[in-house]
Amino acid sequence: MSKLNSKWMGLFCLSMFLLMLISGCAKEKKAYKIGALFAITGPASWLGEPEKKTVEMIVEEINAAGGINGQPLDLIIEDTVGDETRTVNAVNKLIEKDKVLAIIGPSRSGTTMAIIPIVEKAEVPLVSCAAAEAIVSPVAERHWVFKTPQKDTDAVIRIYEHMQDKGIAKIALITGTTGFGDQGRKQLKKYAEKMGITIVADETYGPGDTDMTPQLTKIRRTDAQAIVNWSIVPAQSIVPKNMRQLGMTIPLYQSHGFGNVKYAAAAGEAGEGIIFPAGRLLIADVLPEDHPQKRLLTEYKKAYEERYKEPVSTFGGHAYDALKLVIEALQKAGPDRTKIRDELENIEGFVGTGGIFNFSPEDHNGLTKEAFEMLTVREGNFTLPE
Amino acid sequence: MLVLVALPMVMRNPYYLGIMVFMGIYSLITIGLSLLMGYAGQISLGHAAFFATGAYTSGILTTKAHLSPLPAFLAAIVLTACIAFLIGIPTLRLKGHYLAMATLGFGQIVYVALNASVDFTGGPSGFGEIPRIALGNLVVESQLARYCLVWALVVIVLLFSLNLIHSRVGRALRSIHSSELAANAMGVNTSKYKIQVFVLSAIYASIAGSLYAHFVTFISPGSFDLEFSILLVTMVVVGGMANVWGALLGTVLLTLLPEFLRGFKDYDILIYGSTLLLIMIFMPEGLFGLVKKLRSVRGRM
Repeated sequence: MSKLNSKWMGLFCLSMFLLMLISGCAKEKKAYKIGALFAITGPASWLGEPEKKTVEMIVEEINAAGGINGQPLDLIIEDTVGDETRTVNAVNKLIEKDKVLAIIGPSRSGTTMAIIPIVEKAEVPLVSCAAAEAIVSPVAERHWVFKTPQKDTDAVIRIYEHMQDKGIAKIALITGTTGFGDQGRKQLKKYAEKMGITIVADETYGPGDTDMTPQLTKIRRTDAQAIVNWSIVPAQSIVPKNMRQLGMTIPLYQSHGFGNVKYAAAAGEAGEGIIFPAGRLLIADVLPEDHPQKRLLTEYKKAYEERYKEPVSTFGGHAYDALKLVIEALQKAGPDRTKIRDELENIEGFVGTGGIFNFSPEDHNGLTKEAFEMLTVREGNFTLPE
Repeated sequence: MLVLVALPMVMRNPYYLGIMVFMGIYSLITIGLSLLMGYAGQISLGHAAFFATGAYTSGILTTKAHLSPLPAFLAAIVLTACIAFLIGIPTLRLKGHYLAMATLGFGQIVYVALNASVDFTGGPSGFGEIPRIALGNLVVESQLARYCLVWALVVIVLLFSLNLIHSRVGRALRSIHSSELAANAMGVNTSKYKIQVFVLSAIYASIAGSLYAHFVTFISPGSFDLEFSILLVTMVVVGGMANVWGALLGTVLLTLLPEFLRGFKDYDILIYGSTLLLIMIFMPEGLFGLVKKLRSVRGRM
């Protein structure tokens, strides 16, 4: 009995200590509260991690400079684990308990779709960092929802335009079975005919797959002149490796989901020459001096890489844009959800990492296909093709 | 019971009610799982698949076939029961690791099928705009309404299960748990009972799935993966397998803990993991084992 008692006394003390910690956290100064939902852990942590690091950096800068209109900024970051149920709980917490003025994130398309009904009903502005176009369309049903990543369709159009220049007419698709890959597959098929491209093979792979040789062998049997590999998971780097093993030399196009230099490193030598559309953040150094994004991109890249000792990724850039857009609107509107939304919709000529944003009541993404640049991999780095 | 009624009066914040709603949904599944695991001694690592069948059947029938939620809900139950019956016949002949493997495989097959049949299920992107549950003009939309509906169902399911346990069927199930051979020798039709309880637990999961689909109004395969099946089993084990109340306790703990730990930012996983470890090391019989111990201690005093 005494042995049992001491054990439980220990546990009891521990839990009381934890409780005290929490109540300590709960007392906060009056500040502008903004919520953030990122997949910091779980299967999509490679999205959420740079997003979280980026916004933490911005908040520190802003508060060191005196906050927004003299008020400190309090960013409440919640981990969604990339899971829909967790995200629903987290968004309810941000809205009902923390009473935030606006929310940025989530990182993934699925989790964003799951919370759209909630923010629409609660009337809280949301700036998503996820890719799918369905997030902001139909815009009539997305009164409170915006997003910062470029459109899938624009990426598809840029890829197809590049192919037209090179005289490529027959292509094979290989896409990942995630929300991102699935959306890309739909758009690739939708625009192919319009742009004079024939799809001769349509293969998929799971996010956990480690070998795509069977799919590629099938593609090799067709007369495809190029392959489009559309995916956002690390498994996408296996495709170029398998292609090399099979001796396939046709050009490989990737999506903007390739925008992390780690993916190029994972592909190794086989990754050389991959062509893909991406925002200009990845080539900030080689951008001409007079480009409107040049200053912002080099500053963000330098600050991030010095602080965290790792290369920037476009995903962190999406969070950068989302938070800066909300801050811009908040500065003009003050602490009022409706006014913040209205100001967001009116933002024009806003220079971000993803491009120049021009929002309107008809467009809650605000980017055009010019936001993309076609990049290639040379000696393990992203650069402009010659 | 009293706590259930009193809770929403004290706790008005929709955030907390929202957590309680998910807790109720999970409870429906874990009550069924505890019947299967704790009483009949059969493990299932594929219950996310039955949850998915319920959610997708309800979702597809109401959005694409424009059925109203109630018939869709019943159709989901019938479909899930049929699938569970067909799967149960071969798999429940297996024991131990093999049964775990077979149910795990079944869960993966459903997961892959949901991803692959893009036209039917929306593929990996899932689909949304599932209508809310409505009875006449009464739409179940507020968290309070959802809370009442879910927990009313939990109470019904719980009463039914407790009744079952204390009946002839319950005694037969426990005899299977102790020794299937002996039970057989005593004239208990073990395979029949095993399939019955397997189907019943699948039906509970299907009910939970339908509710999930109508509440969240968006579903995608990501919510029904292996990880979710494992979470369900963990809830039952942490709470205490040997008792339905244990399963409920485990569900309450594992739903509240991640939300409670949000205050700890980056350390949440660490504390979550160590809590589970502590429970498994010090309370091998789960939380309910602790409750029983405390009772006997008090009795001796």
